[in-house]
Amino acid sequence: MIEINACGLSCPEPVVMLAKALKEKPTEVIIHVDAPAACENCTRFATNSGYTVEKSTQENKTVLICRKKH
Amino acid sequence: MTEKKFLIFTGLIIGIISVALTVYGNPANMGFCIACFIRDTAGALKLHTAPVVQYMRPEIVGLVLGAALSALIRREFSPKGGSSPFIRFIIGFFVMTGALVFLGCPFRMILRLAGGDLNALIALIGFIAGIGAGVFFLKRGFSLNRAYPQSKIEGLLFSILQIVFLIVFAAVPTLLVFSTNGPGSMHAPFLLSLAAGLVVGFFAQKSRLCMAGGIRDLFLFKDITLLSGFVAIFVAALIANLTVDQFHLSFDAQPVAHTQHLWNFLGMSVVGFGSVLLGGCPLRQLILSGEGNTDSAMTILGFAAGAAFAHNFNLASSATGATTGGKVVVITALVSLTLIAFFATFKKKENK
Repeated sequence: MIEINACGLSCPEPVVMLAKALKEKPTEVIIHVDAPAACENCTRFATNSGYTVEKSTQENKTVLICRKKH
Repeated sequence: MTEKKFLIFTGLIIGIISVALTVYGNPANMGFCIACFIRDTAGALKLHTAPVVQYMRPEIVGLVLGAALSALIRREFSPKGGSSPFIRFIIGFFVMTGALVFLGCPFRMILRLAGGDLNALIALIGFIAGIGAGVFFLKRGFSLNRAYPQSKIEGLLFSILQIVFLIVFAAVPTLLVFSTNGPGSMHAPFLLSLAAGLVVGFFAQKSRLCMAGGIRDLFLFKDITLLSGFVAIFVAALIANLTVDQFHLSFDAQPVAHTQHLWNFLGMSVVGFGSVLLGGCPLRQLILSGEGNTDSAMTILGFAAGAAFAHNFNLASSATGATTGGKVVVITALVSLTLIAFFATFKKKENK
């Protein structure tokens, strides 16, 4: 399992970090984001890469749990 | 509605509004131009005194407030800042000077293309090249470091400043300078410009529309989601221009434009490169400032400073072409952006 803190980073750094992590085809990646655009972009990228995405948001911070589809 | 459909819908609305603004008085192919409008506002505030480009553009006020309204309604208002604000100011300064050498921001570049101005096609190639340079560094770890949560008032202040501008415009316009001829004297009625800005700001916030982001994401992730908004603006503005007989296909005699291909190309290369380093195009910076991002507010101050310098030191182009100073500043900008990108990619110490 890989965990990434992408809070406070400008577009598209969170997705670039996620893309790098997904290259290794891990079964699960957790990414923390605090911008709505980053949340949408990471969700889209993970979904297009064959992962399911589970979101939980508290105030302005969102945790995305990306799990590899079987 | 899916993200892409909403982006296309937003792009279509923006394209039509942009042409409508020119029908009602804005300069040709300048329904919106973030660079030109911030430059005009800087002129109205006497930060520069070029007599033909001074007007407090209500569109800018509307864009920021429309974005702030959308962000507040959607609970996305989030005051944050501290991600290399001075570097962002400097990049903003260079992006503005590059835009004023071409004579337009990426938004106006699309509108110029949709009006048949082929010089904008050369600029688009330069813009893509600049984005490519930015992507080169992004792929290797470029970062201006993290932003951190800030106080509510810090995040709201830029929007409050826009309200102050509105009050001054409405109550004591004699404090400001308005052009009596040239592009600065050409504008749609105040309320129409303000409403157009509010609508575009509102939709651009929700859709995350970004003129640089579309091409950047295509390079980085082969993702065309953001690009669809960019294309939709072009299509809608093209159809609207054809409908109102404002489409004239040529290089020569285009409004507020010049035909020096090299400087159109290089000017927009600066804008593309700088926009990727900033994380978004000039329009997106306005939208983010409305969302409470004070790094974007600093970038916009950089735009305003760049505009003031561009006219105080004769760096901005005219219909006859780029000036010597403009050429020097574009080369300086390309070198400076490369150095900034290099140090923020290969020599950075990350703050946790």
